Amino acid sequence: MQVNENFKPLIVAFCCNWCSYAGADLAGNNRLNYPAEVKIIRVPCSCRVNPMFILRAFQRGADGVIICGCHPGDCHYTSGNYFTRRRMSLLFSMLDYLGIERERTRVEWVSAAEGAKFAATMNEFVEQVTALGENKRLEDLRCKQ
Amino acid sequence: MRKCALANKNALLAAMAKTAKLYVPVDGADEKSRDVNSRLAGAYYAEWKDGTQLSKKLNTTRSPKDFFFPQTENMMTFKMTGKKLEIFDTRREHEDFILFGVRACDVRSFTVLDNVFLSDPVDSYYANRRAHGIIVSMACNKPAGTCFCRTFGIDAADPEGDVICWEDDAYIYLTAKTEKGEGLLNAVADVTEDCADDAADAVKATVNERLDKLPLADLKSDAFGGGKTDTFFNDPAWNELSEACLGCGTCTFVCPTCQCYDIKDFNTGREVIRFRCWDSCMYSDFTMMAHGTNRPNHMQRFRQRFMHKLVYYPENNGGLFSCVGCGRCLSRCPISMNIVKVMKKLGGNENAE
Amino acid sequence: MQTVTRDLLLQKACELLDAGTVNRVYGWQKGQFDYDVTPAVFSSREELEKDFVYNDFCGANFSKYLIKETAGEGKILVFLKPCDTYSFNQLLTEHRFDREKVYAVGIPCDGMADIRLIEEEVGEGVTGVETDGDKLIVHTLYDGDVKLNRADYLAERCRVCKSKKHVAYDELLGEDGDVVDSARFDEVAKLEAMTPDERFAFWQNELSRCIRCNACRDVCPACTCEKCVFGNPKSGVENKAVSDSFEEKMFHIIRAFHVAGRCTDCGECSRVCPQHIPLHLLNRKFIKDIDAFYGEYQAGAEVGSRAPLVDYTEGDMEPGEAVASVDERGGKDA
Repeated sequence: MQVNENFKPLIVAFCCNWCSYAGADLAGNNRLNYPAEVKIIRVPCSCRVNPMFILRAFQRGADGVIICGCHPGDCHYTSGNYFTRRRMSLLFSMLDYLGIERERTRVEWVSAAEGAKFAATMNEFVEQVTALGENKRLEDLRCKQ
Repeated sequence: MRKCALANKNALLAAMAKTAKLYVPVDGADEKSRDVNSRLAGAYYAEWKDGTQLSKKLNTTRSPKDFFFPQTENMMTFKMTGKKLEIFDTRREHEDFILFGVRACDVRSFTVLDNVFLSDPVDSYYANRRAHGIIVSMACNKPAGTCFCRTFGIDAADPEGDVICWEDDAYIYLTAKTEKGEGLLNAVADVTEDCADDAADAVKATVNERLDKLPLADLKSDAFGGGKTDTFFNDPAWNELSEACLGCGTCTFVCPTCQCYDIKDFNTGREVIRFRCWDSCMYSDFTMMAHGTNRPNHMQRFRQRFMHKLVYYPENNGGLFSCVGCGRCLSRCPISMNIVKVMKKLGGNENAE
Repeated sequence: MQTVTRDLLLQKACELLDAGTVNRVYGWQKGQFDYDVTPAVFSSREELEKDFVYNDFCGANFSKYLIKETAGEGKILVFLKPCDTYSFNQLLTEHRFDREKVYAVGIPCDGMADIRLIEEEVGEGVTGVETDGDKLIVHTLYDGDVKLNRADYLAERCRVCKSKKHVAYDELLGEDGDVVDSARFDEVAKLEAMTPDERFAFWQNELSRCIRCNACRDVCPACTCEKCVFGNPKSGVENKAVSDSFEEKMFHIIRAFHVAGRCTDCGECSRVCPQHIPLHLLNRKFIKDIDAFYGEYQAGAEVGSRAPLVDYTEGDMEPGEAVASVDERGGKDA
């Protein structure tokens, strides 16, 4: 496989308003670095993330999608992230079944106090997706140029 | 009339392919293949390459109308830079291409489409493709149980087209019907030889004999046609006929004559692509307007499809029906409701069993 | 051969109509050939005697039609094969129709034949198919009568039938069967055992045939939304035909996902697909995963059961572990 040295992946991170989004803020306040390729979309709960959001992120050019929510048991709405966990397990397994690289998708629980974990997770995820290269299997050619 | 030994069919196709891109019906997978789904999906048109095996199936699952009126087609793109709007014409001149092995019903379907797209105002997207297509039709040696092209005056033993072909056990006979066809036959003169003009008559006779015996041979279209709107529009039978219909678009999308489309915009983030795509009158959002839809219930949508084929279209096109009896909807409808059942139910005594 | 005959069903239907238990009958209507049977409502003995059929091509699942039919007056009689009863229960679980307005008669089923398999064997000149014990006698235009082994020409979903047991009925004709230990996940396991590249190629080939007729959605007893997301111009994903291969994938992933946990594996989606896309392999993947991740669950087995996707336990697997676990149980050695 040809590796493009200059490849910078585009990562979409869906972050729960009550934890990971604040975690990203904390990472910033603490001057922790994570790549600018990570584009954060704030959601009221990780459970708000419809599978369609993930597919459309890929369609529009994302190379990796990560969902960050509250630790199980800590959901602001009591149980939202439990549903996220089941949904995403099934969705990711289905994407894997269709031959789409499983390393492009991830769910991570990051609390508002875990700025360092947020930065570390993003660094690691970006590295992982960079190694995979461009998303070819869930791309929409009309959106590429 | 020219002929070519079946053993040389590959050479004949090769000679055709030299003049223009050649498309032939092929099977989804070879007979031994374990890919049973592709096989059962039926034949489809693909570009011929040396050695390509032609499908033995009577016809393709999707009709060859795709070549002139593709499922989706970009019409133009828009780009905004600041306050400046640019419009790009995506039309381009197409190359010549040959469609080989088109059946009589499908050849007629092009006439049905022509009446719509080539009448004023001419649809330049369609016209461009149509002008570059050369139709090589093939008589149907073994019409299927679901065939009823004769109902609409189509002769499967003697199709229309640019070049007409017949096949028997030893030879394939070719004759040109148009200037385009003459050109093609001249180009393949090296691999064909002259023969008597009645050489294919035996094949025609066999086909005709077989057409007489088809289960739907007695189906008549006489009860239908232009000016019959009042006769059928309020028939209570529509309720019963449409009862089980799922409202899917299978019949529409396998139909060689369905020509409705929708125009949509897709925003890629950089530009907007304006494209058209097939639409089905069976869909609830078909011809949706600001005030809503003019066919709010399912029976009305179902009725529209058949009334259009059997009454409205003939009314506007000199009596020509926009069904060609190819039988695709008969074999593909999820609930086996189709135009034959509609004609039998509504056609009164003429089609009574 | 089916153990219940047309005559038996006809007799039952007429009996219930005459007794006033029901005022309509949902049944199968005769077509031009033996294999083109249409679901229909019959409201009199005369109609039934004229057009009612029951043969090896009565695969249509009537459960979804009950949503529309129970809106009418009076009770309707519906004949349900074992697999249909699961959809029936699932729809009841979702409060989609009025149980009081239905009189369900369970009928045993010995599998339904697939006309496409038959045509693939004998060619397209089929004019009729009769059943004679374990043989099918196919009348053809060009090869006379052809005798086939019935068992080899059953629909895929019937060859791997999951249950001969009726989970819902008011009355049962014939003997009830059992839940069958079926091989229905074998194909899924085979795919799981492939490399991602092979899987991608497989699905690319299958899904590229999609013409977006929406038959799989429209026939599905679990797809009962008043307005589908793919038919709603305001959803932003509404599309009538596919412009890019991405849209095929999106449609089929989302279609299967929207019924995950509620799909009873009735197999109607694959039956109706005009392009013969093995859609059941998507649905069964979700069922297989649900069984493995969250414990065995059969949608529709009982009314009121909680679908796995609207349920959770605190100790559920993490998505990463879940995907990885597919390799371990996988089909790798299978």
